[in-house]
Amino acid sequence: MHPVLKLLVQRISLGLLLLFAASILIFVGTQILPGDVAQNILGQGATPETLANLRAELGLNDPPLTRYLNWLFAAMQGDLGTALTNGQDIATSMGKRLGNTLFLAVCAAIIAVPLAIVLGLIAVRYQGRWPDRVISGVTLATVSVPEFLLGYIAIFVLSVQFRVFPSLSTVYDGMPFLDRMNAIALPAIVLVLVVLGHMMRMTRAAILNVMQSAYVETAELKGLRKFTIIARHALPNAVAPVVNVVMLNLAYLVVGVVVVEVVFVYPGMGQYLVDHVSKRDVPVVQACGLVFAAVYIGLNLVADIVSILSNPRLRHPK
Amino acid sequence: MMRIPFAAMLGLFFTGVYFFMAIFAGWIAPYGMAEVVGDSWEPWSWAHPLGTDSIGRDLLSRMIWGGQTTIFVATMGTILSFTLGSVLGFIAAVRGGWIDQLLSRLVDLMMSIPSLISALVVLSVMPVTLPILIIVMGVLDATRVFRLSRAVAVDITVMDYVEAARLRGEKQLWIIFREILPNALSPLIAEMGLRFIFMVLFISTLSFLGLGVQPPMADWGGIVKENKDAIVYGVPAALVPAFAIASLAISVNLVADWVLNRTTSLKGGRG
Repeated sequence: MHPVLKLLVQRISLGLLLLFAASILIFVGTQILPGDVAQNILGQGATPETLANLRAELGLNDPPLTRYLNWLFAAMQGDLGTALTNGQDIATSMGKRLGNTLFLAVCAAIIAVPLAIVLGLIAVRYQGRWPDRVISGVTLATVSVPEFLLGYIAIFVLSVQFRVFPSLSTVYDGMPFLDRMNAIALPAIVLVLVVLGHMMRMTRAAILNVMQSAYVETAELKGLRKFTIIARHALPNAVAPVVNVVMLNLAYLVVGVVVVEVVFVYPGMGQYLVDHVSKRDVPVVQACGLVFAAVYIGLNLVADIVSILSNPRLRHPK
Repeated sequence: MMRIPFAAMLGLFFTGVYFFMAIFAGWIAPYGMAEVVGDSWEPWSWAHPLGTDSIGRDLLSRMIWGGQTTIFVATMGTILSFTLGSVLGFIAAVRGGWIDQLLSRLVDLMMSIPSLISALVVLSVMPVTLPILIIVMGVLDATRVFRLSRAVAVDITVMDYVEAARLRGEKQLWIIFREILPNALSPLIAEMGLRFIFMVLFISTLSFLGLGVQPPMADWGGIVKENKDAIVYGVPAALVPAFAIASLAISVNLVADWVLNRTTSLKGGRG
């Protein structure tokens, strides 16, 4: 077997194993409790009958292992159960929201990734001079600020003071594409700002690392222009770390999306999760947790795979 | 005399001011935490320097009381995550073998789910009280401290003086607390600043989502949540606590950066 293929199979099976273990963790996280889930959901004022009903509905009378296996097998077949609060099928109500969230995240990524790489290149080109300082300073500020602050500043400036974009992103089925873009403009801008700082700083560090190698010095001594050196010699060798950085930050985007969706009342997965955590709707929370974990682990896996594939020593073994 | 760079000075000053206000909130705050003193969202005035909030409480007082809660929860969380993470990390490094494997894989697993998601999953069934919040945040964050302290301690355990202590027949606890801890302290302290910021952002985010500190208690994330509706009318009340969070984070960051620089540039290693 080709060594790369072997490594890939190894990584993918490791990822699946991790996802399986994460499902256990999510399940256990909603079970280990001082007391009873049903009691906690209903509060102290619950009557014994409603408690017994809820226990039966949740299947709390079965042993935990049986419950876990039932849940896992159903989830693998796409059946995520029904919500406690409104009795709707979770997979159906999640589908549309997942689409909305992915649309938002992809829009943010399409803007953020090229921007971060270009800014990183500029910062390396003018390392230590004012463009580098300005870019680093601004990105440091966006990194230290919580997502919801960025969101409200964006609302305050762009939708209240200048009235450019709407402050609530309402989207519905069959919405024209341009209207939809207009509606998600603010959350997308905020998400871009949230990941841009990390992504740009890590890109800068990765390229600077390559810039210290001998072949870059040779290129410098040959008299190549600084930008040519960076673009032709440093960047191809920094692809693996840069892709890694991009993927890690996209994984981070998954978390940022939760808060940003709440700020802009965007009908996505994050909003769905937060709503049902406060309603203590355990099946929905478990399902959302599983989906978020799967996306997060998947993106980390892609980062791993790309860095394997971009290593020529692995691609062409002796 | 130690020279402190300007940025670190600024950071120390603001961090000090925030902690001072948090500790002496009861003496400094002009009004009580839940005292209604005026109309809702009054503009800034001499009586109410930051205006009033959604139901007419003095915003400055809310901010000071809220700072107390936020900083208290973040500090306790940081202490918990450090104690737990570093002790387990040192044990993993010193003992090695299956204990190391078990702890490390468990941490890998916990870090494979974003901590906000894990916290939300756990809080969906737990009663949301301050101790529970502190424990959840502390345990989730201990994974990061574990990784760092294990990595630092692995480097130290191969040093001659640890070998010597082992040959002297010292107990494992002695090795952990007398040989490893003093030598691992400076990178850990620099990390502590970053973890504290993370805790402040974490508790604020949870409270903003309505799943952290519960009303009528005030905390910065919660104040943002209470006043967010006013933003569309151009009342900046929700931006005040958000700026407090950001400036606290940046100040602590400046101090942590300075500590980190000082300890790594000192004779090429940990001082």
